[in-house]
Amino acid sequence: MTQHTVKAYGDELNHLTAEVARMGGLAEAQVVDSISCIARRDVNLAQNIIAHDDKLDQMQIDIERKAIKLIALRQPVAQDLRRTVAAMKISSNLERCGDLAKNIAKRALVVSEAEPMTPLTRSIERMGHLVTGRLKDVLDAYTSSNVNRAVGVWWRDEEVDEHYNSLFRELLTYMMADPRTITSCAHLLFVAKNLERIGDHATNIAEIIHFELTGEDMITHRPKHSDIEA
Amino acid sequence: MPMNRDDSASHEAASAPGEQAAPAVPSGPSIKIRARDINVFYGEKQALFDVAIDIAEKSVTSFIGPSGCGKSTFLRCMNRMNDTIPICRVTGSIEMDGEDVNDKSIDPVVLRARVGMVFQKPNPFPKSIYENVAYGPRIHGLATGKDELDAIVESSLRRAGLWDEVSDRLMQPGTGLSGGQQQRLVIARAIAVGPEVILMDEPCSALDPIATAKIEELIDELREQFCIVIVTHSMAQAARVSQRTAFFHMGRLVESGATDEMFTNPRDSRTQDYITGRFG
Repeated sequence: MTQHTVKAYGDELNHLTAEVARMGGLAEAQVVDSISCIARRDVNLAQNIIAHDDKLDQMQIDIERKAIKLIALRQPVAQDLRRTVAAMKISSNLERCGDLAKNIAKRALVVSEAEPMTPLTRSIERMGHLVTGRLKDVLDAYTSSNVNRAVGVWWRDEEVDEHYNSLFRELLTYMMADPRTITSCAHLLFVAKNLERIGDHATNIAEIIHFELTGEDMITHRPKHSDIEA
Repeated sequence: MPMNRDDSASHEAASAPGEQAAPAVPSGPSIKIRARDINVFYGEKQALFDVAIDIAEKSVTSFIGPSGCGKSTFLRCMNRMNDTIPICRVTGSIEMDGEDVNDKSIDPVVLRARVGMVFQKPNPFPKSIYENVAYGPRIHGLATGKDELDAIVESSLRRAGLWDEVSDRLMQPGTGLSGGQQQRLVIARAIAVGPEVILMDEPCSALDPIATAKIEELIDELREQFCIVIVTHSMAQAARVSQRTAFFHMGRLVESGATDEMFTNPRDSRTQDYITGRFG
């Protein structure tokens, strides 16, 4: 890409993108850790996640302020405008991912006090790996400005949904079989739902990247046959 | 080395044999001006290369591009202002409502009443405010008596948003007004002869932001009645006032399209580089 005639303007845009990438790294780490603390019943890690969430909130505010300032002072157009708006939107999606990871950590604290339910937490872990993989891929797509990679993430949304639906049924079976597990299972159900929503944020980010890089919306209709249950 | 015309135009040309295609005006507004194969030479030097464009009725079209890209030259083709430059030669056709403006039967004086022009620097005549506006209608015989002329002067000044500021000093010299007022006076003068098209060549470049805003507001009102073409160096102004934007570079029309599209998702990388400030 050709350089901006006003170098400081180009630098500001690059800085904004770098901040979003940095925030993405932190959000991804939070999500990965939240899954670990469910799987390993790690209370310290859960408390760490909860404490770190403020950092993500602060980064999101910073990115938004910087983007607003850039719009006010530089009046970006075309690719620069799309890039600025994308930074704002992606940071807000990442902030939501952070909130969901924090919520998973809070539930991990409760679930850790009850009897272990290894088969269920394994399923959660598998779903978690799928979701963090998508989040990682979409952030890589962002840092490398690779639209095909973003589209790839977008197409794989279905896998997470299928995982969520099967986990939902698994949890119902447990609760019906043994009502004493209802508290833990209910928490795990929310954990699964949170993971599914993190997956949705990854999909959103893929759409934002697509618009940023091409100026076009993703218009292809993704097959969706499982708008059911919770 | 001169660059090729944009692909979309040559692609359309292939699908419409016998006629050189221009970036089409979307369905809706009818076409007021249709330019094809416009080449302009100043002596040996070619200033415009095969420009083809459709300009919509009752809308604002802005021409943007770096200095010397040919946008003002093209603007001046539309009311044959280039005729006044002896070494200038124009080929190709510019049709206004289907009639070639370069046809021998067209009187350039009458044409310039139909296609008014406003320049970068306000240029009121060294006469009273009233005379500045009344001059055109009088020489074109548009008013039969004083009352009618008064009415034209008043309505033109009102449409130019200047009446309230000058109604009590119509006999004072037009040159005594502020820059922004002078520019609106010149617009009133152009409107007074009942034009169909108004060409503006950087009309706000000498004005402060408030005066600029007033002119932009005026342009927005005038587009309900006229076809307006504005040349501007301010990308933000093009974005604010026009419905369609055309980007010129090195004597060629690179890209034209809906203004919102041009400023969010331009097709040509040269347009992208220019509007985002990456040229060079």
